[in-house]
Amino acid sequence: MKDRNHLSNVGLSHEVQIIKNGILDIPMLQLLQADGKPHDGAVLPSLDQETVQKIYDTMQYIRVLDERMIAAQRQGRISFYLACTGEEASTIGSAAALKPQDMIMSQYREQGALAYRGYSTEQFMNQMFSNELEPNKGRQMPIHYGAKELNFMTISSPLGTQIPQASGYAYGQKMAGEEAITICYFGEGAASEGDFHAGLNMAAVLNCPVVFFCRNNGYAISTPAEEQFAGDGIASRGLGYGVKTIRVDGNDVMAVYAATEQARKIALEENCPVLIEAMTYRLAAHSTSDDPTGYRSKDEEEKWRAKDPILRLEAWMEAKGWLDAEANKQYVEKTRQEVLQELKRVEQVPICVVDEIVEDVYDTPPWHLRKQLKDLKEHIAKYPEAYPKTSGRL
Amino acid sequence: MVKMNLLQAINDALISMMTQDERVMVFGEDVGHFGGVFRATSNLQEKFGKARCFNTPLTEQGIIGFANGLASQGSIPVAEIQFGDYIFPAFDQIVNETSKFRYRSGGQFSCGTLTIRTPYGGGIAGGHYHSQSPEAFFAHIPGMKIVIPRNPFQAKGLLLASIKDDNPVLFMEPKRLYRASVGEVPEEDYELPLGKAEVTAKGSDITLLAWGAQMEIIEKAAEMAALDGISCELIDLRSILPWDAETVCESVMKTGRLLINHEAPLTGGFASEVAATVQENCFLHLESPIARVCGLDTPYPLSHEKEYMPDHLKTYEAIKRTVNF
Ligand SMILES: Cc1ncc(C[n+]2csc(CCOP(=O)(O)OP(=O)(O)O)c2C)c(N)n1
Ligand SMILES: [Mg+2]
Repeated sequence: MKDRNHLSNVGLSHEVQIIKNGILDIPMLQLLQADGKPHDGAVLPSLDQETVQKIYDTMQYIRVLDERMIAAQRQGRISFYLACTGEEASTIGSAAALKPQDMIMSQYREQGALAYRGYSTEQFMNQMFSNELEPNKGRQMPIHYGAKELNFMTISSPLGTQIPQASGYAYGQKMAGEEAITICYFGEGAASEGDFHAGLNMAAVLNCPVVFFCRNNGYAISTPAEEQFAGDGIASRGLGYGVKTIRVDGNDVMAVYAATEQARKIALEENCPVLIEAMTYRLAAHSTSDDPTGYRSKDEEEKWRAKDPILRLEAWMEAKGWLDAEANKQYVEKTRQEVLQELKRVEQVPICVVDEIVEDVYDTPPWHLRKQLKDLKEHIAKYPEAYPKTSGRL
Repeated sequence: MVKMNLLQAINDALISMMTQDERVMVFGEDVGHFGGVFRATSNLQEKFGKARCFNTPLTEQGIIGFANGLASQGSIPVAEIQFGDYIFPAFDQIVNETSKFRYRSGGQFSCGTLTIRTPYGGGIAGGHYHSQSPEAFFAHIPGMKIVIPRNPFQAKGLLLASIKDDNPVLFMEPKRLYRASVGEVPEEDYELPLGKAEVTAKGSDITLLAWGAQMEIIEKAAEMAALDGISCELIDLRSILPWDAETVCESVMKTGRLLINHEAPLTGGFASEVAATVQENCFLHLESPIARVCGLDTPYPLSHEKEYMPDHLKTYEAIKRTVNF
């Protein structure tokens, strides 16, 4: 049996010394200043122009998508939406630093990462209209995306559940000898769930190549971060679990990219988890069911609006001579048109036939589900006008 | 009497309890300053201070574990779980702790003062995780009462009784009715009995049993059946545990038929328990098999929500089948 090795590294003290919290000063990596100028001595990730353009375009794309879908929800065309305004650098910058074979397990505000992977406007619309072309078969609420071919795990609403799952998924990748890691996104609120603690501890003990990416955006619905935790953010917890940790300015896409690139490398080469805490702000309402005016000030929002991650990248590109304002304007306009067109078109696509209601509960429907389906179809046939979305295709 | 919706009735009961007894504390995710995502706890923090109405960190196991400790100390916690679908991280605290505290300590300690409030149920385009009706999971645990109101009057009277009751109570609120159900509610306090069902309409041909938001569904089905000359007796079970077998059996012995409706999946649903007890007690009075009109044995689907629901049409058809057996 191993002895308690760690005790041999523990220093001794001979007076009662209660260690205060806050003695560990975890800095925040920031490469670009608010005006887009690199800090003196900052080493930027070596990104070619094409990649930067793709990151920038994806950020713009998501802004447009978020805007249009909030409007569509207000018009009653979709039932629900959840925007990521202000957090585009965190999710897109990190996704850009991954490889396509890396698994993404997200919470729900990571549409930027998904778009960066290549999820199309048509796919976004299919999901939000819960139609039959959507691979998750319209069973979940809007924004619960999932795309196996893009290595993007289907989202689940119960918070934090994906965190220990990411540890397990990464362990499997390692055992299978894959050149791949898992990235797991979650909010600072979800990090209060027991699953967060279980997931980090298991990943550390079992040497899982997983990058935990916390979007610390200051709020969990109405609850401000000050009422969520008393310690030094989420980063300080990583160290307690023996997880390598970095805190980064989530509105600085260069810092996010650099941190994620390094974290991925460590996870893969050293077979261990890394925790990234991205400090950002949820400029959007929690969702279309929420109105933040009841719990935070316009002043506070304005302060963060000035730190818009898109503007910061734009300023940097401008200085570099990489910004083509005219082309950008056209791209945004084109995206708006595309979203509107797809929205109109996809709205007409029917939902799944009713037979799908009993599929995927198990690998094949057992006798009792087959019976329930048969009864249901007979019932719908009797009252076709009461079930207009399925009665036409029994 | 004041006209109010179901949320306001709950808010009213909480204000009354917090005013009467300083040991009452209300907490959960977003319940503080914001007043809860449905606004059931509006103005409580303003009125009673942050120490008695507060936001918790986002951890259901923490919320119920904390509430168990607080209750065992003698305070009166009213803990909110934001959605019934998110009660499961607290399952261990509820199953192994809340409901066994008294028994395992020979009555020395208990969580009797605890009330857990949570919205449940579908019909709001909530998909898998904002629609479930998990009452049957909790009905399998001895030691905790389960109460479900159907309208604002019931909500206030039952919530006051639940908070005052010396047993832990899971108080499940039909969220579909939060704003939709409006009615006259007395300004003063009153309590409705726990463990007692209510016959809401007299009838002679068949007994229809439901609770919460499904009461409207069986009412609608009964109206349709009345046009066919079928007379339905309607019962709101109100308490899932302990449940009022006496009232239900008395009614079935009179009508000779029983239909039970709930939103939760059929298999292992609370209707199974009712059916087993009724056939045991009313065997010779039954003129047809007991009917169950329930959710399908699938997760709660979004796009097929209408098809999934045990609605008035399915209930009406089942009434006819049962009466014409
Ligand atoms: C287990 C669980 N409890 C509660 C909820 C309800 N809920 C949905 S989002 C949310 C806040 C999450 O905040 P955070 O993790 O910080 O993510 P953010 O919304 O800020 O991106 C809550 C309480 C849930 N989905 N799951
Ligand atoms: Mg947050």
